[in-house]
Amino acid sequence: MKIWIEKQKYLIDYTLASLARRKVKNAGLLVVYSVLVFVLASVMLFTHALRHEARTVLEGAPEVVLQRMVAGRHDLIPPGYLERLGRIRGVQSQEGRLWGYYYDSVVKANYTFMAPNTEAEAIAPGNIVVGPAMARVRGLAAGDVLTLRAYTGKLTRFTVARILPQDSELVSADLVLMSSDDFRSFFDMPAGHFTDIALRVANPQEVRNVAAKLAAQFPDSRPILREEILRTYESIFNWREGIVLLLSSLAVLAFVIFAWDKASGLAADEKREIGILKAIGWETGDVIRMKFWEAALISVFAFLIGYLAAYVHVFHLASALFAPVLKGWAVLYPRFKLSPVIDGLQVATLFFFTVFPYAAATLVPIWRAAITDPDAVMR
Amino acid sequence: MSGALPAMKTVNTAVRETAPMIELKDIHKAFNQGQHNEFRALKGIDLELPEKQVTVLCGPSGSGKTSLLSIIGCLSRPTSGRVRLRGRDISGLPERFLTDIRRRTFGFVFQQFNLIKGMSALENVMLPAYPLGGDWRQLRDAAERLLAELKLGHRSAARVEWLSGGEQQRVAIARALINAPDVIIADEPTANLDTALSLEFMGILEKLVDDGKTVLLTSHDPLVVGSSLVQRVVEMRDGRIVPHVYVETA
Repeated sequence: MKIWIEKQKYLIDYTLASLARRKVKNAGLLVVYSVLVFVLASVMLFTHALRHEARTVLEGAPEVVLQRMVAGRHDLIPPGYLERLGRIRGVQSQEGRLWGYYYDSVVKANYTFMAPNTEAEAIAPGNIVVGPAMARVRGLAAGDVLTLRAYTGKLTRFTVARILPQDSELVSADLVLMSSDDFRSFFDMPAGHFTDIALRVANPQEVRNVAAKLAAQFPDSRPILREEILRTYESIFNWREGIVLLLSSLAVLAFVIFAWDKASGLAADEKREIGILKAIGWETGDVIRMKFWEAALISVFAFLIGYLAAYVHVFHLASALFAPVLKGWAVLYPRFKLSPVIDGLQVATLFFFTVFPYAAATLVPIWRAAITDPDAVMR
Repeated sequence: MSGALPAMKTVNTAVRETAPMIELKDIHKAFNQGQHNEFRALKGIDLELPEKQVTVLCGPSGSGKTSLLSIIGCLSRPTSGRVRLRGRDISGLPERFLTDIRRRTFGFVFQQFNLIKGMSALENVMLPAYPLGGDWRQLRDAAERLLAELKLGHRSAARVEWLSGGEQQRVAIARALINAPDVIIADEPTANLDTALSLEFMGILEKLVDDGKTVLLTSHDPLVVGSSLVQRVVEMRDGRIVPHVYVETA
């Protein structure tokens, strides 16, 4: 075992010296390789982190949301619906929610207004709690006064009670929280009406049954399941990721051609070197192992550089290079940092699809050169 | 052709009695076998090489010297025939075993030296021992000692392409000796050297003989062929040994 380890150390030692002897060529290869891994890893890390955020957010969401429709458009829930819902078996709890959108012409941005239901989040009348992006855009701090034009046309003054924390910015960037009374008077919404109803269903197996009962008992309403929302998010991110990966596949193809060209056009001095090594007592296996270490060192090093650069790019520089394609129109204003999430399977997949083609492209021609008779160097 | 050989002497029977280290029996070597450009480099060679002797293969270009040297040194296999090393038939061994024998038994000094450019003299000398996986410090000390013995200690860190032709050859000799082989094989060792450097090589050869090495050379150089160090001269032509020139010197 000790001899085997010593032998591998010698082979790596020789490989490092060999890489250093072809500095320019190998540095060029390393740069191209790292850039390729960087592009692919950036896309994967970004979309994976977004999916993770979406899942995390939806984990706390109600299993079913009931929206009333009028002529195919979303309408308010009239009084009486909440009581009727309580009689459906399987429904653990139900609550009417108040939320809506408000266009601020001053900064040309949309805000999401909400009236939290829970006691813990209760907000005193006349006060609001705002999201960090909105606070940034409007230059708000706790204690400031904000005047907004209500739906009745009346100017309404609100005092900013506090700013929501930065780490929730993905979901709270444009959020404005206020009391239920303030919400109703601001949007001129009659008492007893709600934007929609959130339903809690304790048994996950029952969700579809509850949805079917809702559809039957409330024909003017549509139940929206949490899993459907999740699926929609998945489709959106998969589609966006797909587009970028499709474009990146061209880069992969170019790289494979590059690697193949490098390997198949094994330089004359490399072939000569292999011949010398064999003649002085290296086995075919030793030569292949040495070249394996060479390919492994380059590809693992390139993978680490590319992946780390992608990590910094996605989680510290907000994916500056790909954000316009990957985020889409919906998140133009908020600035947020994704929570770093790494999926082992995804890392393994990326590793396989970048390292394996290179290793294969380089080792096959090396093997062909290595099996030639060592007496070639005598001639 | 025999006239070109100045040192042909009578057969030394004492040498004959030495057990052959290497025996070749009816060796044939063909290249591109079965194709239109088939070439038969060796046509039935029978030869015995005793231990601790200096043997020179000579003959014109294309006579089969290098092919024979390759087969003896386990660099290639014969198309047919038997090769015995200390009585053991090695002609049918798989590459792996052949490589191991080559590594431990033979040290090569090639005509073009075949040093690896970009590496230091010391690293080049150490290379044949890498696959053996021994202790690095001991290996480096052995390589430095060999370079010092060949008066190259001061050049051990220099890259081989910066060395003169004579220095490169001495690095190649040190490399051939690093695994302490019993047999040294040198292909046209003086072909790229001037007279002074050729004499220097002969001095090294003398030391190898004193150390009890078996030496096998190919050469046209009268300086080598006629040297008193050389005990046997085998002339080859057209892939065969020329019988009347297969001589042994005292």
